[in-house]
Amino acid sequence: MSRTYRDEAVVLRTHDLGEADRIVTLLTRGSGQVRAVAKGVRRTSSKFGARLEPFGVVDVQLHLGRSLDVVTQADTLAPHGRSIMADYSLFTTATAMVETAARLTEVEREPATQQYLLLAGALRALAERAHAATLVLDSYLLRALAVAGWAPSFAECARCSRPGPHRAFSAPMGGAVCGGCRPPGAAAPAEETFALLGALLAGDWAVADRSDDRHRRESSGLVAVYLQWHLERQLRSLRHVDRTGAARVDRTLDPAVAIIGRTA
Amino acid sequence: MSAAYEGAVADLIAELGRLPGVGPKSAQRIAFHILSTDSDDVARLADALIQVKARVRFCAICGNVAESEQCRICADPRRNDTQICVVEEPRDVVAIERTREFRGRYHVLGGAINPIDGVGPDDLRIRELMTRLASGVVTEVIIATDPNVEGEATAAYLSRLLGSMGVAVTRLASGLPVGGDLEYADEITLGRAFEGRVRLDA
Ligand SMILES: [Zn+2]
Ligand SMILES: [Zn+2]
Repeated sequence: MSRTYRDEAVVLRTHDLGEADRIVTLLTRGSGQVRAVAKGVRRTSSKFGARLEPFGVVDVQLHLGRSLDVVTQADTLAPHGRSIMADYSLFTTATAMVETAARLTEVEREPATQQYLLLAGALRALAERAHAATLVLDSYLLRALAVAGWAPSFAECARCSRPGPHRAFSAPMGGAVCGGCRPPGAAAPAEETFALLGALLAGDWAVADRSDDRHRRESSGLVAVYLQWHLERQLRSLRHVDRTGAARVDRTLDPAVAIIGRTA
Repeated sequence: MSAAYEGAVADLIAELGRLPGVGPKSAQRIAFHILSTDSDDVARLADALIQVKARVRFCAICGNVAESEQCRICADPRRNDTQICVVEEPRDVVAIERTREFRGRYHVLGGAINPIDGVGPDDLRIRELMTRLASGVVTEVIIATDPNVEGEATAAYLSRLLGSMGVAVTRLASGLPVGGDLEYADEITLGRAFEGRVRLDA
């Protein structure tokens, strides 16, 4: 077997190592999460430059090492980092996405192609401002959890499968719950919020883009609760997500959404 | 690795290993270097460590390292009060001072926004910066955070925050490394260099 391999990857995060090196955590298309050393990357003369900064999608060549692999070459496939880091809402949103991806692919080298494709797609949607950042984030979180085996239910009852719509939501039970299954203290979201959550999980953007701020906020709260319930440790970056800016970005860029979205 | 050693040596390796940029192997190497060093030299090192904690504190105004209430720069009446250069760490002040290009004041944030490590805007000295701007003396804020993702995001946050305050907000142009070849520049660096291009006067 060759000691060198090549793959596509999203840079999840970086840690400085020694004077000039950096450990980059990659989510690769073929081999799941890989931690690798980028030697000399912090020197201004480095051939890697900013290619190995978080959120970038790269074509990397790696050399198998004893504990950590070594990055021998990196080419940019999508320089999302630049537009994301220039906007504080996009940056905090993307950070929550990569932290989630890192958490859901924690077993190193366990292939996670679905998670890779989902994250690369979500980062692109974010960088290109295809939809409001808060919607891209919540859709990503729901779908990443579904790929990890924790698909929520927003229509039929998560416990007894009774057809919906239902009026209660319980993260421990897996989403919407009917009147009979509803535990004490379950949330009671608006019907439109359930519809939005379903659209975000299904990737039905026509419905999601038309939603109004109130239901987006309620969805985000429920997605956060659902996510934290399924991840053992708290996600540190989630509380830093800047959603005020995200709403503003959406309005300035899409007048149609601005008009429809403000009727509430 | 320190488990392989006993008592004082293990303690020293463990302590050294907690320093930034020092891995287990380097910690071991430094520990054995210290063991083979003259007692006087080691005493000087130990004393320097104790003195720096006893004498040096952070400037009440800008957050730079200082040996009294105010740092050397804040206490200097010849500096320009209308400009504040915002940096992440005290070592950045040293780097900019070495250029002799800037005669204004500094503001040290104490890091960059890094949500994965739990560092948000409230964990940095941003409120202190706003307080300094409230007097209206400052007309330009120069953001000189690191040219990486966290530094850029911190700059984006600050420029949005300061945008409504009536001060000019500028960012250090981040361009191509001197001595490098254009064709090897990555897309982000090259993009920033384009953004920060300057007019060449004839
Ligand atoms: Zn039920
Ligand atoms: Zn000072």
